[in-house]
Amino acid sequence: MAMRLELRLERSRKLEVLVPVVSVLLSLVVCAVLLLSTGTNPLTAYGAMLKEAFGTSYGFGEVLVKATPLILCGLGVMLAFKMMFWNIGAEGQLHMGAWGATAVVMTGWDASAWLMIPAMMLGGFAAGALWALIPAYLKVKLNTNEIITTLLLNYVAILWVAHFIYGPWKDPTSFGFPMTKQFPDGAQLLRFGDSRVHLGLVFALLIAVALYFIQEKSRWGFEIAVTGSNPRAAEYAGMNAGRNILLVMLLSGGLAGIAGMVEVSGIQLKLLKDISPHAAPYGYTAIIIAWLARRNPWGVVLVSILMGGLYVGGETVQITMKLPVNIVLIIQALILFFVLGGDILSRYRLVFDRKEALSGG
Amino acid sequence: MVGGNKIAVALSGITKRFPGVIANDQVDLELLEGEIHTLLGENGAGKSTLMNVLTGIYRPDAGTISIWGKAVQLENPKDAIEQGIGMVHQSFKLVPTHTVTENIVLGLGRGLAPVKIEEAQTKVAELSAQYGVKVDPAAYVWQLSIGEQQRVEILKILFRGAKILLLDEPTAVLTPQEADELFVTLRSMRAKGHSIVFISHKLDEVMAISDRVTVLRGGKNVGTVLVKDTNPQSLSNLMVGREIKFATFPRKEALGDPVLEVEGVHALNSRGLPALRDITFSVAAGEILGFAGVAGNGQQELAEVITGLLEPTAGSVRVNGVDMTRESARRFIDAGVSYVPADRHGVATVADMSLSHNFVLRRYREPKFAKGPFLNFAAAVGYARRLIKEFNISTPSHATPIRSLSGGNLQKVILAREMTTRHRLLVVMSATRGLDVGATEFVRETLNEHRHKGRAIVLISEDLEELLSLTNRIAVLFHGEIMGILDADKAEIASLGLMMAGQAQAEVA
Repeated sequence: MAMRLELRLERSRKLEVLVPVVSVLLSLVVCAVLLLSTGTNPLTAYGAMLKEAFGTSYGFGEVLVKATPLILCGLGVMLAFKMMFWNIGAEGQLHMGAWGATAVVMTGWDASAWLMIPAMMLGGFAAGALWALIPAYLKVKLNTNEIITTLLLNYVAILWVAHFIYGPWKDPTSFGFPMTKQFPDGAQLLRFGDSRVHLGLVFALLIAVALYFIQEKSRWGFEIAVTGSNPRAAEYAGMNAGRNILLVMLLSGGLAGIAGMVEVSGIQLKLLKDISPHAAPYGYTAIIIAWLARRNPWGVVLVSILMGGLYVGGETVQITMKLPVNIVLIIQALILFFVLGGDILSRYRLVFDRKEALSGG
Repeated sequence: MVGGNKIAVALSGITKRFPGVIANDQVDLELLEGEIHTLLGENGAGKSTLMNVLTGIYRPDAGTISIWGKAVQLENPKDAIEQGIGMVHQSFKLVPTHTVTENIVLGLGRGLAPVKIEEAQTKVAELSAQYGVKVDPAAYVWQLSIGEQQRVEILKILFRGAKILLLDEPTAVLTPQEADELFVTLRSMRAKGHSIVFISHKLDEVMAISDRVTVLRGGKNVGTVLVKDTNPQSLSNLMVGREIKFATFPRKEALGDPVLEVEGVHALNSRGLPALRDITFSVAAGEILGFAGVAGNGQQELAEVITGLLEPTAGSVRVNGVDMTRESARRFIDAGVSYVPADRHGVATVADMSLSHNFVLRRYREPKFAKGPFLNFAAAVGYARRLIKEFNISTPSHATPIRSLSGGNLQKVILAREMTTRHRLLVVMSATRGLDVGATEFVRETLNEHRHKGRAIVLISEDLEELLSLTNRIAVLFHGEIMGILDADKAEIASLGLMMAGQAQAEVA
């Protein structure tokens, strides 16, 4: 019996949903094998992760805390991916956004939160957007490969932030730790109850709604979809591809920038080194989220919450079961691996050839 | 010729189903030794599927294949090659930076043993002389014309020892002279006992070259006839199952003001090489100006220059008297320039999107299809439903992705979209290429109708008969230059052919 792939006439809608779900399950199975090899009962570990993330109100609050920057970065990446612009640079754009928001605070401007927070959002958005415009401009003018430029600019952005927290913005009272002073009250985002969940989540959800309308309903969203699907048809339809690349990246980078802003203003309350988790940075996780979510804004919100659960669960088993937190990274990598592989099945059908069926006569 | 010859290929009861369609339904076909056998049929009649079965690309759901009387199973293209079956596709599969011989031996090496190029080159030269296939074995493929590249494809098959050759619309890319040379080659192959399946839409060619013709309709074999016992009229009747008239279209007597004026235009192609040189012409309201020429002589660039997709390096383009030389494609659309590109899948439509979305592809900015910044999807759907009905497009629904439409229906979608705007100028490239007789007639009638409505039409085509029957004047492009512009009434195929091969009008006359 031989196996081969046959192109489907229509993409299978069922598989578009099934592939991500099965990918997540398969990655958990493979990871279970790895856990077994270290002498850990995977069911105990997964149970503990699930219980912590979705079984306690504190845990779920933390899940939402992680999901907030993931939703924002994920939406930005989603929009760029929709146009087949491979923005791998959300991590750098997030760092620049955090920097831009901090810059507003560092001016020493003394304003109420009503002015301060919008100003910081603007600063975060602008810094992330400008950072994203560099690869976008290079793509339009010189047709550079955006995967490389966006990726490499991440390292520049991280070092840019490092320069400020080790240098000019370093808090003299921090005992040498590379961080700024804590932000004044007016520069801190409102938190809900006694959790760490902050106003950034509301911003993220509102932006998801807005992006749904932009991407799925607007004429500009139609241009993005056409350009992503067939750039030559877009040109034929009188669409300005260069302008759209710049606009999409402005928005994409800006959203990652807002993710950076809410992270420093809502969680860290200062600019410091690891604003994005070292083991699995938000900006890179956002790539997996956009892909798993099928470039759908509601999907981004849902997958971001699940990924938030993975972060929280991972931290839990690190503490309680002494498992390395890298388990999060392993599961993420496996999910992406399976989704990319599984995507073939929604475009091609697997055919098993049985020679008996074709008896030559 | 036919008569007492061995049977090279016998297909019997071949059935191939795709989701929702039966592409081949119990097809029987016999190909004799030393026969040229034409496969004729409308688009979607199942010709390509049948050829793909015979070259091992598809596996039939039912039916048997025997080669030289022996039942075989063609699991993949390699099996077909081993059975001595070779195919010349419409798009060539050659490496431009390699020589003719290198291309021919490509993929023949076994293990790590080096291919002996000198030996191969001698053999290629022999084959070339033997079959009258004129091509220099040492030349690089990028130096060759389209016709010569096709010869390389044929040599590739002969080199592999194939006795059975399948040619998919081989004359579509050739000048009349080159087509004649191809026919000489085909006849000499036939004389040496090769069996040839020839696919074509051009009935005059079919009559000229084939021994027998098999007509496919709706996936079924509706008849195999000897060419000497038939005529073009009855073949086309078999193809479509109804009478088709070959219309000659009346021209409009009184022409209006010039709609498109092109003066001294030069332009570069995508590789930065000169593609158009000093092009000057104008088209008036109520006129169809035809552009003849062998593919690749500047037609694509010309169409792009007059639709705003390519900016000329010199000269001017005026639409309705307004200078548009430096304007964007969008401005051209707004100025009432419609465009039916040659590349229906790659340029004119978005394969993954629905019919509705594709119908508004160039019109989504119009107030009719807009609701503020949003797309008025309900209006797009209503518009799609109307056009599907009006143009008789067969599709399950307006929400079906364009990729699942057949070639003829796809072209109907594009024409419907481009013709229902309030256009002044319509640029049409290869409007009927690959379409069946019924669809071709429909397209021609629609173009004629729009001429009589007072639109200006630029018709770029490789089909001379189409140009002669439809246009007012015919310009001939060669190497990016206009060789001359003839009145369609007075033009003859022979002189157009000479101009297409590079002779200026004065020399021809």
